Amino acid sequence: MGATRRYRLAVGAGAALLAATTLTACGSGGQGITVNVYKYNQENFQAIVDSCNAKAGGRYNIVYNKLPREADGQREQMVRRLAAEDDSMDVLALDVTWTAELAKAGWIKEFTGSVKSQVETGTLQTPLDTATYEGKLYGAPDNTNVQLLWYRSDLVPTPPKTWDEMISMAESLVAQGKPGLIVGQGKQYEGLVVLFNTLVNSNGGTILDENGTKAVVDDKAVEALGALKKLATSKAIDPSFSNSTEDPARLLMESGKAAFELNWPYVYAAAQKKPDFAKNFKWAPYPTVSGDAAKVTVGGINYAVSNYTTHPDEAFDAVLCLRGAESQKLAALKDGVPPTIKSVYDEPEMVDAYPMKDDILKTLESASVRPRTPAYQNVSTVISTILSPPASIDPKATADRLREELQNALDSKGVLP
Amino acid sequence: MSHATTEDTGTSDLTAAQPVAPKKKAALSEGKKAERRLGWLLCAPAALTMIAVTGWPILYSILLSMQRFDLKFPDRTEWIWFDNYVTVLSSPYWWDAVWVTVLLTVVTVAVELVLGMALALIMHRALVGRGIVRTTSLIPYGIVTVVAAFSWRFAWTPGTGYLSEALGSEPVLTEKIPALMVVGLAEIWKTTPFMALLLMAGLALVPDDLLKAAAMDGASAWQRFIKITVPIMKPAILVALLFRTLDAFRIFDNLFVLTAGSQGTSSVSMLTYNNLIKGLNLGIGSTMSVLIFLMVALIAFVFIKLFGTAAPGSDDGGKR
Repeated sequence: MGATRRYRLAVGAGAALLAATTLTACGSGGQGITVNVYKYNQENFQAIVDSCNAKAGGRYNIVYNKLPREADGQREQMVRRLAAEDDSMDVLALDVTWTAELAKAGWIKEFTGSVKSQVETGTLQTPLDTATYEGKLYGAPDNTNVQLLWYRSDLVPTPPKTWDEMISMAESLVAQGKPGLIVGQGKQYEGLVVLFNTLVNSNGGTILDENGTKAVVDDKAVEALGALKKLATSKAIDPSFSNSTEDPARLLMESGKAAFELNWPYVYAAAQKKPDFAKNFKWAPYPTVSGDAAKVTVGGINYAVSNYTTHPDEAFDAVLCLRGAESQKLAALKDGVPPTIKSVYDEPEMVDAYPMKDDILKTLESASVRPRTPAYQNVSTVISTILSPPASIDPKATADRLREELQNALDSKGVLP
Repeated sequence: MSHATTEDTGTSDLTAAQPVAPKKKAALSEGKKAERRLGWLLCAPAALTMIAVTGWPILYSILLSMQRFDLKFPDRTEWIWFDNYVTVLSSPYWWDAVWVTVLLTVVTVAVELVLGMALALIMHRALVGRGIVRTTSLIPYGIVTVVAAFSWRFAWTPGTGYLSEALGSEPVLTEKIPALMVVGLAEIWKTTPFMALLLMAGLALVPDDLLKAAAMDGASAWQRFIKITVPIMKPAILVALLFRTLDAFRIFDNLFVLTAGSQGTSSVSMLTYNNLIKGLNLGIGSTMSVLIFLMVALIAFVFIKLFGTAAPGSDDGGKR
């Protein structure tokens, strides 16, 4: 009798304890939503996350998960986990070229309704285009980037307007025995694809058709290949052009051997550490190939929301804050990445940090997007492999080879190099 | 790793592939039958686990290799049977990678054999500080390959590397042939100790009396080495060659860190990785995996059937 009662008491107490723990678990679950953000290692990003967490007021907590520095490494990690339907990833920072691939595979959510209109309001058009696939918005532009022409004002009083002008100016400098080299990105990697895409678009050519399903490489693109070959075989080209990426190009320019540099705006901040060099280091819009303005390839990062997230509302909300005007301003000033919201360029602090902001804005207005296709990774690999080294381009034959191998890549038929 | 373990793994791997002489079948008694059934039951869990963790993935990749299966285009998945094999085998990239792999394998294994033999003789004959000699010569093998590859890469990078500084600061990793030479060098440096270990196990089989008798008969050191040591060591040499060839053929980590396959330095494994992991093309990638599997199987077959590779000390191992 006594034993039974003790038993009942114990069971009752146990049940109460269980109920209590369940209740607290529920309570903390409501407030403890974690939004996992996966982004490359951006130096001052934690400050942005912290301020967004403060704004969220406990509704959710953003956690910054750092991805590798190299784009390939970032893509690999995210894609592998998405393929396995991992639900622990919520917000993904994607390179502008990955939108189509992830959208087509059904790995990221479409932006709709008020979130979509909030993203679109005040955002520059070209970055928005990079986040759009088949007419639907799949990303919120965080930062953007375009190359400019950088030159030495002590050697070149007025910057060249066209591609041919730049090459002839450089060649005459070299002929006079002055430092007149042109530096840029000619190695077998994404940078070469960026250069090629700029030249083709600036010449009014097409690499892939509108839907990204057919390789075109038209006559205008063949002319662009000729322009690339002309640069690569010029007497004024950096001798290690075929192996040069952004930073070697910057260093050669800073060493005083070159007069022209095709590069991203980060070179400006870097140059300020060398005042003697910086005083003659000027910028101009990218030289045109044909037409009034060059159509420079746009780079940058968009935020997407994983399709496997368990709390999409909070994830979209976090995206709006992480790429909001305040966050973009902080990133622009501290980490040197150009904003995608137009009004941020008008902030007073931007004048000192971005003296070239008007040229960036102007270039962005006519900028071009790299081919939008789910098979972009393949397309990019094929282009950089076939165009490398740029000096041995034979415009017609190279274009034929591009057309054939790009079509295979689009049909996921061929072998990737 | 001691000699004993090396020999053991060698035995278990290789005797299984040896032709077994057919035994006369005798009628089994009831007791024997029950015992045999019990034996099957006892090893069933292990065998089933093995099938689950190795058999199924192999079968799955064979199935994948016969499909058009691209994660980028999930709605276009279909059975295409041997189209993927046609695509891969008619691709110049694949054959480039095959030749790079074969070249790297042949050159590195040949150099490793010579150096490994020298190292084994030194380790075997060392009179003083045997422990120290053996330990130091094993250090490269003890370093994680990726870490070692990074140190080679930095050493060869102009501006930061001591080797590059010492040899005229040419960016050697940016051209095909020099880059392959660096990869080969890193590979040889790394795995010669392994070769030496296996060969040393073979050296232990050579009876000292035999060598002394030959010396008495007037054989020179070279003659003793060629006529006595090498023939007796032959099984150990073949095992070492087989192991290293199979390993070298699947070279990935060194290449991945040193060149990542640029400048036409992709090996077959590198190319497979690019298609499977980077390109997300499971069909083509699996096809390449299956082809590598077949090539590795062919190498093993050639070594075992044609050269008669067997573990040192196994029954018919030492016979010529």
